[in-house]
Amino acid sequence: MVFESLIEAWEEIVQDPDFSIVRDWKNRTGGKAVGYFPVYTPIEILHAGAILPVGVMGAGNRLEIAHADSRFGSFICSVAKSTMELGLRSNLNVMDGMIFHSICDTARNLAFLFQRNFSGRMKVDYIHFPQNPESSAAVDYLEAELRRLKTSMEELIARPITDEDLNRSIAACNENRNLVSQCYALRSEKPHMITTRELYILLKAGNYLRFEDHSIMLRSAMKAIENRTARPKDKIRVVLEGSFCEQPPLDLLQAFEDAGCYIVNDDLLPVRNWYLRDIEVNGNPLRALAENYVKHSRYSSVRHDWSHPRMEGLVEKARASKADAVVFCIAKFCEPAYFDYVPMKDALERENIPHLLVEFEEKMWTFEKARNEIETFVESILFD
Amino acid sequence: MDAGMNKETMYQGQMHKIQRDLMLRWYQELDAAVDNNAPVVYLMVSGNCVELLHACGVLPVYPEINALQLAIRNQSLPALLKSEELGYSSDNCAYVKADMGSYAMNQKTTLGTRIPKPSLILCNYVGCSTYIKWFEHIAALTGAPLYMLDIPFVRTSEPLPQDVEYVVKQLNEVIEILEGITGKKLDPEELRFRVSLARIAEELWSEVKALSKHSPAPYDAYFDATTMMGPLYVYRGQKECVDFFQAALREFGERIQQGTGVGYTEKFRLVVEGPPPYPYFRTFRDLFANWGACAVASTYSTVGGIWEFGFRHDPDHPLKSIAEHMLSQNLANRNFLQRYGQIKRYVDEWQADALVIHSVKSCRLFSAGQGDMREHFTKDLSVPTLFVESDLEDPRYFSTAQMRNRIDAFFEALEHRKFCNTHVAGVAR
Repeated sequence: MVFESLIEAWEEIVQDPDFSIVRDWKNRTGGKAVGYFPVYTPIEILHAGAILPVGVMGAGNRLEIAHADSRFGSFICSVAKSTMELGLRSNLNVMDGMIFHSICDTARNLAFLFQRNFSGRMKVDYIHFPQNPESSAAVDYLEAELRRLKTSMEELIARPITDEDLNRSIAACNENRNLVSQCYALRSEKPHMITTRELYILLKAGNYLRFEDHSIMLRSAMKAIENRTARPKDKIRVVLEGSFCEQPPLDLLQAFEDAGCYIVNDDLLPVRNWYLRDIEVNGNPLRALAENYVKHSRYSSVRHDWSHPRMEGLVEKARASKADAVVFCIAKFCEPAYFDYVPMKDALERENIPHLLVEFEEKMWTFEKARNEIETFVESILFD
Repeated sequence: MDAGMNKETMYQGQMHKIQRDLMLRWYQELDAAVDNNAPVVYLMVSGNCVELLHACGVLPVYPEINALQLAIRNQSLPALLKSEELGYSSDNCAYVKADMGSYAMNQKTTLGTRIPKPSLILCNYVGCSTYIKWFEHIAALTGAPLYMLDIPFVRTSEPLPQDVEYVVKQLNEVIEILEGITGKKLDPEELRFRVSLARIAEELWSEVKALSKHSPAPYDAYFDATTMMGPLYVYRGQKECVDFFQAALREFGERIQQGTGVGYTEKFRLVVEGPPPYPYFRTFRDLFANWGACAVASTYSTVGGIWEFGFRHDPDHPLKSIAEHMLSQNLANRNFLQRYGQIKRYVDEWQADALVIHSVKSCRLFSAGQGDMREHFTKDLSVPTLFVESDLEDPRYFSTAQMRNRIDAFFEALEHRKFCNTHVAGVAR
């Protein structure tokens, strides 16, 4: 399939609130599927149990919120509500389990609402990731936590997951993350060759595929991209920051590029690109996973690491990406992103890096206002 | 409604006076610490480990208490506006915003005292993710060392062995840091002594809580309990805390003997979920008092610890019991469904007529999912439930007229329901 047709086909799949592709996979293989809420989950453990890990990140603007509003208060983000709506409307019945994580208070409470409302239909797990990487006890703790998840997945598939299974999955996932990194590097080097919309769809496809299949897709996509002929345009290079959980609509990503930005780096879909280096394949895979999480994760608004604060991470990212500016693209009511905005923008100002704040909701339909703001911002840099 | 409706009721007794004196003394000690460079540790309220600080001879500073003091004295808005100038969103927790705004304005406390810079920022990450950001921001502003005391959330019925082990190891790391700050080794006997004082205060607090099972309740277990939380979190592990709860127990015991309640006729017994709207604390209380509604239990009074169901710190195992307290014996680190269970126990054992959910914009720990809670209590358990929204710090989110309408409508319906139940029961007899 040519690259453009592939993207067109997947554009529908990655926005499908019915998870038809997961249903097809289950019918075809007889396997189990487990959904995971943003922003990161140890997919390797699911993969090792031959479970399909499915990224469940709300319903975008493809589902009307009819029931979930009444379960939450007024000041709660869209992704929590639309994920609840998916559950209430039975769209998630295809999942044999759902995993939530300690990313924010809303996501945590959502996990327990899932337990109350849907535990008869699926297994609901909650992982507390350590927030004290400087403690000598953090790795031991996380190793035990990952072991707990492994046991839970073993119950689901009714067979043990061996170290060999885990090591094979770690290797496959390392390969996949390396390919994702190569895609990011390619886009940063030649942003005129692939749009962020295309790259986003390509990476989000990984939310519904086994690593091996996604890696095949990424390899062939990169070949196709390199063979494209396109000329660079007079646009500014920006880093997109703050969309690590609720995802901006595709049309908003498009609006950034139409308004004169090349997005050369971003924190969209962080699970696909979480680590700074490969996870070791060794005799103790859970230990290796835990160590990598504690010591070699990328900076994230949902992970505390005061030895390398996020604001420094953002400045380094902007410099390494040769960005002209940073655009904070923050979901309405996303507290982790809003809180980080203040010290991050201060750090950028100290480094004379221009920045802009754009708020969004996954269910937004009109982009004119955002596009106007971005255009004005771009012009202010281009004609400075 | 009572004939005395819309009048301001006098609520304050001896307990309130002692509380005021104690809190003033604490702020004065903090003020003195600015001049004499006494070590202070910034700490959060939820599942706090204040007895450990007392054992090490350092004073606690609670940014949450500073923030709520601003709100309750109607002084939070300028600090909130200042923080929004700095870039904080209108959707950020207003506690943090008031604190950071106040810091940027170099403000004194509402009592005119100064807050010393931290010797250590000890972020007890107990349930509230905002704590992490809040203390990171204070650390960035002050340059003080930050220790993230990570408390795994209760995700199974009880904390797991690895959770307890992780927390105890971190507590030992905290002790090492505190010893470096004070230049003194922690005396294990002193820690046992502080924990045993905490245990006595917890026993008394628990007895106070049990008194509101009486009808009429001798105090309001939401509004008055909020007042009692100050000494509980600042002085737990000190004799002052024990004295305070002895005085409270005595005062409320006398009220029971005299058959007097909270100053008005008790007509409805409530369980209240969620923090109060501090900028309108008195107004909010009056809206319930006007209907003769008295809280007999509240979840907010358990954010720092749940003792009414039997947990006590253990002087024989001080660090393990501090870890258990932080992990599972406080509301903030227990999961949402465990909160449902806690409320149900209150409704049953304290014989409440209704549940009031005050959903605050600032605190998603409390508010995210409270609609589901209402659904559960009304539909599954048939507990009449009132759901109202405002904020704990930001006065812009409280509308007295709207709040009154909702509260009045709820109690009119509840009164009617009570009348029908009594009437039908009478006819049946």
